[in-house]
This record gives sequence, structure tokens and C-alpha cells, in this order.
Amino acid sequence: MNNFEFTRATDVADAVRQIAADPGATFVAGGTNLIDLIKEGVTKPSRLIDITRLQLNRVEETSDGGLRIGALVPNSDLAYHPQIDKRYPLLASAILAGASPQLRNMATTGGNLLQRTRCFYFYDTTTPCNKREPGSGCSAIDGLNRMHAILGASEHCIATHPSDMCVALAALEAHVLAAGHNGERSIAFADFHRLPGDTPHIDTNLNKDEIITAVELPPNGFAKNYSYLKIRDRLSYAFALVSVAAALEIENGVIRQARLALGGVAHKPWRDRRAEAQLSGAPATRESFMGAAQTLLSDARGFGHNDFKIELARRAIVRALSQAASATPQSQIDKRVR
Amino acid sequence: MTGVGTNYFGKPMSRVDGRAKVTGAAKYAAEHNVAGLAYGYAVASAIARGRIRAIHTAEALAVPGVLDIFTHAHRPKLASSDEKYGDEVAPPGSPFRPLYDDQIRFSGQPVALVVAEDPETARFAASLIRIDYDQRTHITDLEGNRGRARAVSENGESHSHKRGNATRAFDHSPIRIEVEYRMPVEHHNPMEMFGATAIWEGDGRITIYDKTQGPLNCRNYVANVFGMSQDAVRVLSPYVGGGFGSGLRPQYELPLAVLAARALRRSVQVTLTRQQMFTIGYRAANIQSLVLAADADGRLTSFRHEWLGMTSRFENFQRSYVTWSSQLYKCDNVEFTQKLVKLDHNTPCDMRAPGGAEGLFAIECAMDELAYAANLDPLALRLLNYSDKDQIDDKPYSSKELRECYRQGAERFGWSKRSAKPRSMREGNELVGWGMATGIWEAMQMEASAKAVLTANGSFEIASATADIGPGTYTMMTQVAAEMLGVPIEHVTAKLGDSGLPHAPVEGGSFTTSSVGCAIQTACRAVQKELLWLAQKAPHSPFAGAKLEDVTFADD
Repeated sequence: MNNFEFTRATDVADAVRQIAADPGATFVAGGTNLIDLIKEGVTKPSRLIDITRLQLNRVEETSDGGLRIGALVPNSDLAYHPQIDKRYPLLASAILAGASPQLRNMATTGGNLLQRTRCFYFYDTTTPCNKREPGSGCSAIDGLNRMHAILGASEHCIATHPSDMCVALAALEAHVLAAGHNGERSIAFADFHRLPGDTPHIDTNLNKDEIITAVELPPNGFAKNYSYLKIRDRLSYAFALVSVAAALEIENGVIRQARLALGGVAHKPWRDRRAEAQLSGAPATRESFMGAAQTLLSDARGFGHNDFKIELARRAIVRALSQAASATPQSQIDKRVR
Repeated sequence: MTGVGTNYFGKPMSRVDGRAKVTGAAKYAAEHNVAGLAYGYAVASAIARGRIRAIHTAEALAVPGVLDIFTHAHRPKLASSDEKYGDEVAPPGSPFRPLYDDQIRFSGQPVALVVAEDPETARFAASLIRIDYDQRTHITDLEGNRGRARAVSENGESHSHKRGNATRAFDHSPIRIEVEYRMPVEHHNPMEMFGATAIWEGDGRITIYDKTQGPLNCRNYVANVFGMSQDAVRVLSPYVGGGFGSGLRPQYELPLAVLAARALRRSVQVTLTRQQMFTIGYRAANIQSLVLAADADGRLTSFRHEWLGMTSRFENFQRSYVTWSSQLYKCDNVEFTQKLVKLDHNTPCDMRAPGGAEGLFAIECAMDELAYAANLDPLALRLLNYSDKDQIDDKPYSSKELRECYRQGAERFGWSKRSAKPRSMREGNELVGWGMATGIWEAMQMEASAKAVLTANGSFEIASATADIGPGTYTMMTQVAAEMLGVPIEHVTAKLGDSGLPHAPVEGGSFTTSSVGCAIQTACRAVQKELLWLAQKAPHSPFAGAKLEDVTFADD
């Protein structure tokens, strides 16, 4: 761990001012990922700006009937918030599928969006990694890549985004609110995280001198027909090999609207509008679900150890959509797949 | 020791060290603090094979608070013969010598030790060290290097065995299976990381709190490596936060802490990081091939078992993996072989029933396959082939309760309700299966000694240089002593984890209670004799003429 300055921001404007003043500075809130990164020498910030005193820890109704979640709302508070539990159970379920109670108590909403990949090579500073050290190469492509991406990867990086919460936020079409020098802007969730391309060291489209202030949910929470299904090497405290957020609106057995997002398969929560469009208007049957899975995975590619993920993803999509359609969502307490 | 007619044997009681552990009063190796303690951080090699061309330490040395940086090029004198680096449980070969030369033998090998006034400074300075390597091509994968496997017999032990003609019997048998099983490397990773606090006593002596399963083994190692007299070295390990075999041999935190303490003439603490816990010994990856045959009734006619395991380039680590089936199942035609592949890893070490855990896993999986091929219940197959003698040594067992174990197990589990057809049992969407496996382990006993001191006020102290890595050795020692002398258990104090105490072997192999426990019994017997003699000396003693076996020792 390197030495660093530690300062505290008094309000959002002060946070923006401080981050802009020091190019080596970074914000710290829950620190559940950042502290590990600093300890391992993956990140060497010159300054940590503590933002935990900012008043960003409320969940409020928005004028259009949605919800605005402050960036500092802890994951556990959010998962058990009555409004989330009732109106956005897909989000609550995804949060509870991740990490451990202790980590969820510390981790914040904004921090969850900004966590880095858990690719082993990213953390092992003795190995090449384009995400950690641009231009040094990717060790995972020809290395141990069981956890790695099957969609949207590039020759420079095959890392995956580790979040469960973000998969639900992608499916729900949330917006990320970010404050900077020019005030606040709203970023559609699909545009927030990036694919690796030839700049895998840049995870998101958030500017260096911006701070996430909130995440906004639109009114429709798909509370009736949803499921978050997470498949992992052990039933608890493990990152997803494949996870699926499925949300449906069904009328007389016909799908009116479908949302489908995958975790553990790409550099960002993966959505495929073609697969969703294919489901819309189709009967809520296994055949429709298999067709959507086929479409979503048509460009999937494995790198050796993770080849199995393509078939696993296909089955997980079908199962999650079936769970959503039958209004029997995956339990995150009894984690056996029903 | 069923608990009938005894005061403490076989009776449930709280661990005597339980309160100290849960309240934090029990101090582990790297929790000890002394005045002027300095902290060392080991720098790990980034390559698996090659040599160090140069280590650039100037920038790190310039960090305020850094005391020194030790490397192979900058270190005090160390022993130069393999013999000096050996230890009680070292396998044949040339033991690894930390900071000895410029050779890199495995990934993560310690190549430098940064010592500073505090651990944060040491770790930060370590990140500033740059190392130039001449890298050589490494081989670390067992599967891809099967062709390099060689049978290794050392110290007259080959681990191979042959009886009858397994090949011919196989060819003439109606039921045959051929299977191969793989195990990956397994790391112990106990909760407590390896750590050592080397206390510089200022008079040439050194006292070390080390995480180890064998304080005497470590004492001798330090004396040998640093050319010190055994009297000048004291190793303490009163509490060990889990070992599982990883603490049987001295690990590198120990010589590094001592090296720095001697060079700086002050106390030094070295702790491994969780990541560095993956650079010490481990259970070896292996590939086991089994070729079994049976007659039409399911009686074994041929049993071939081959082990292919990894070791380092510098030591040949192997245990007996392939002979266990001859303790379990009657078979006249067997062929057992063990082969090793030398890879660019650190040497494997013992882990949880070493040899048995690996061998029996494969044997029992293969027996299940044979049961399926013979259309027999897996339990019935085992009973059909049950052996009443160890066929390797051709000796009957003094006791073997496995048949009864099978019976009770089957009854309690409801084995008769098992459906044998694959994919026939479900819980929701999950396929479930009921299986069985047999585990056996040898009842070993080693040489051990103990001391027992009864004082006039009734307190009773027993001591032996064993360790307590979690099985409850303190409690066992206390129970044995209280039982023998009939004193209240709270009057007994057990001491262990100190190289200054009477000799005991490393704690491992499930032999501590049988070895140290018996030593305590013997020591207590001597106290009993002394007590009886004193009682008989009293005028008009009612014990006059009484023999030891006529007397009951009790507290009133």
C-alpha cells in the first residue's frame, strides 16, 4: 500500500472541486473493493476523498412515479427498503445474490457501479494486464479464463463486470445521475459501462471529475413477473459465472414487454434488444425463451476454460424466463435452482 | 475409554483453553510485541524459474523507517549443506533455502526481506523494489508433463507393490473397469497466517514465537541453519490457529525473522500475507489410474492402482497413496505404482491424512464404478470383498470395526431406501444421489515424553513440547492427568508449545493423544508411586503393604 493523502468532502460541490484538483485522487465510500485494490498495488491513489458525509443516502419518489436512490445508500438498506422490496423485487433479489451481509452493509449504490473486475490477472501485479497497465497485454486470453467474458470481449481484454446489482439496474433501465463542474447529468444505464475495445482500462463513461449522486428507477418495476438467477461455483459468496435478470409483462399468456440482462458474461451488464424484441408479442413458453436465448448468444465466444458458459447461459436464460413467467422467482435464501 | 467408571475420560467438557481463545487472551505467533520490535515483509518472485540478475533496492532503502533489505546478495552467513536445512519431516532432496542464492525455483519464492520500524512502511518499501530476472522456461502443469513421470524410490521405500499377476487376472475376468481421477493442488490456508516474532535477548540467545506444529523441529532447524547452540534458541507455539499439516515443516517466515533479528540485533516479526500462503507447501496435484476386475459374483480378481503426482525439482515428496486397498479389500492380484513429475513449484507437504485422503478417494470412486458394472449395491460389494488382514504386510488386524461401522451407517442413513438407477432421485430441479465411501487411517504412536509436577498445595502441572493446532491437546493432557491422580480438573495445568519442555514429535498424523497422552500417563504413574511411597512412610500407615494397583487416587 502506498502513502496517500486523506481528505473529506463536505458537499457534492466540494467533492467535485477536490477530485478535479488532484489527477491522482479517488473517492472512497464503502471501500469494499478500493481498499483491496490499494493493498495489492493495483491502484495507487495520491489522495482518498472520503464522501461518506455527503447527504446522498436517501431513497425518494421521483415526479414521474419512479424512485431516486442516493449514491451512498448501502446495498443492504436498499435491498430491504420497503419500496424496493414491493415495487422492484428484481433489484432487491439481485443485491441479495451478491457478496455477504457484511460487505452489503458497507458497500454503497454508487460504489457498486464502479467496482472493478475480479479477473485474477488484474489483481496480480506481476502479470501483464491491459486494464491495469494499458499496452502490457492480456494474460487471461491464453490463461485461466473460466470466469471470463463470452460476449463483447476484445483482443485486449476479456474481463467481466462483477456486479449483480447492476444486472438488475440494466434490466430495469435505470439512469445514473452524475454531478460535475457543469451541474448534474443523467446517463442511461446501458451507456454507463463500456465494452473493453482498445481502452479496457476505462470501465465507465463517467468523467474523471464527476461524482455519482444517485440512481433513478423508472416507474415500471416488473414486480409481478421477474427472476434473478445467479449460477456460481458455490452457492454463496462467489461471483457469477452467469447470472440472468429476467422481467416480463404478460397478458393472456402473451408477452407484452420483456427485459433480459446477463451478468458474468461481459465487460458490462449484457442486454440484447433483439432478444427482447423477439420475446415481445410471443407466447410465454419454453420455445419462445429458447429462441431468445439462441438470439442473445448467437455471437457468444469462449476462450477455452469458459466455453461451458455459453451452454450454461442458454439454460440459465430459459430457466430465469420460466421462473419469471410462472411468477416463481429464484429465492436468494434457498439458493437451489427450482 | 467409554466414560464408564471414569471421571474425565470420554466425558464432555469445555476446552480448557476455550475462554482464552474466544476472549482474545490467547496470543498467536505474530501477536506478540516487545520493545523495539521491527517488522519484515517478504518480497515474492514474479517468475517461476530462472535467476536473479539484479535487485534494485536503493529507492526502497531511502524510505524513512526502513532499517535494511536482505537479499541473497546482502545477508548474514547461513549454513551451506542440505543436512542443516533438513527437518524432522523433510522429504528426500535438497531443502529450499530462503535468500540463499540467485536461483528462482518457484513462483512466489521469497527473494528479499524488507525490515522497517512498522509493517506498513516495510510493505510500501517492498513495492519500490525492482528485480531483473533471467527467466527460464518453466513447467508447472502436471497433465501436460505426464511423460516426465518417474518412479522414485528413496530410503529403501519404493511405495510400489506387486502380488500375483494383475494383468492376466484382468484379462480373464468378466467384469472390468478402467478409470482415471484427477485432483488439483489444494492449499491448507488455516485462519492464522504463518508468522514469527523473533525476540532478540541481547545475550546471544533468541526466543521465537512461531506458528508451527512442532516447536522442537523449528528449534533444531534454527540452530542448524544459523550455527547456534540448541540452548541459545527457544521456540514457542502455545497457540496455533490451524495447521492441517502446513506447519509440520518450518516455513520461511521463521528463518527470515531470525536472519533479520541476528543481523540487526533487535527483535523482528515476519508475517506472510494471505497470498504468500499459496507459496508454501500444498497437497500435490495428481492423476490416479485404476484398473479393476471382478468375477461374475463381484469378487475382486485384479486391482491395479497407479499414482502420478507432482513434486518440486529439489525434493521428492510422496506418501503411500496406492496401497490402501490392500487394507480394505481381498484381492490376490494387485499392482501398485507411484510416479512423480518434477515441476517448477515449491515442494508439496502433508495435508489432512496425507496419502490416505488422496488414495482412498480414487479407490472408493473406482469401487463404486465396479459396483455399477457388476450390478451390485456399493455396500454389498465392499462387504463381499472385506479383508480381515493387511495384505501388504500379511498381518491380521488387532482391531477392525469397519464391518460394524458399515452396518450402523447403513441403518442410520436408511441405505436400503436408496435407488441405484442413475438420475432416478431428485429434489426439485436438482438431481441427487446417495453414495458411500470408506475412510481408514493408521493408529500410529511415536516416541514422546512428558513431565508431571504435583505441589504440596495440590496443583498439578503436566508438560510436553507438543503443539495444539486445534484438536484440543491442552484439554486431552488435562483430562489424562486429572483422571490419573483423581484431582479436580481445575487444579491441573497443561503446558505445551515450548521447545524447552520434554521432547515430543510434531503434532500430526493423529498420533498425539496416543503418544503424548501415554507419556503423561507414564509420568503420572511415577507421581502415583511417589505418593504411595510417601503415604506408606507415615507412622501406622493404612497403606502399608498396599500395591499401586490396589490404591485409588482421589481428591477429598
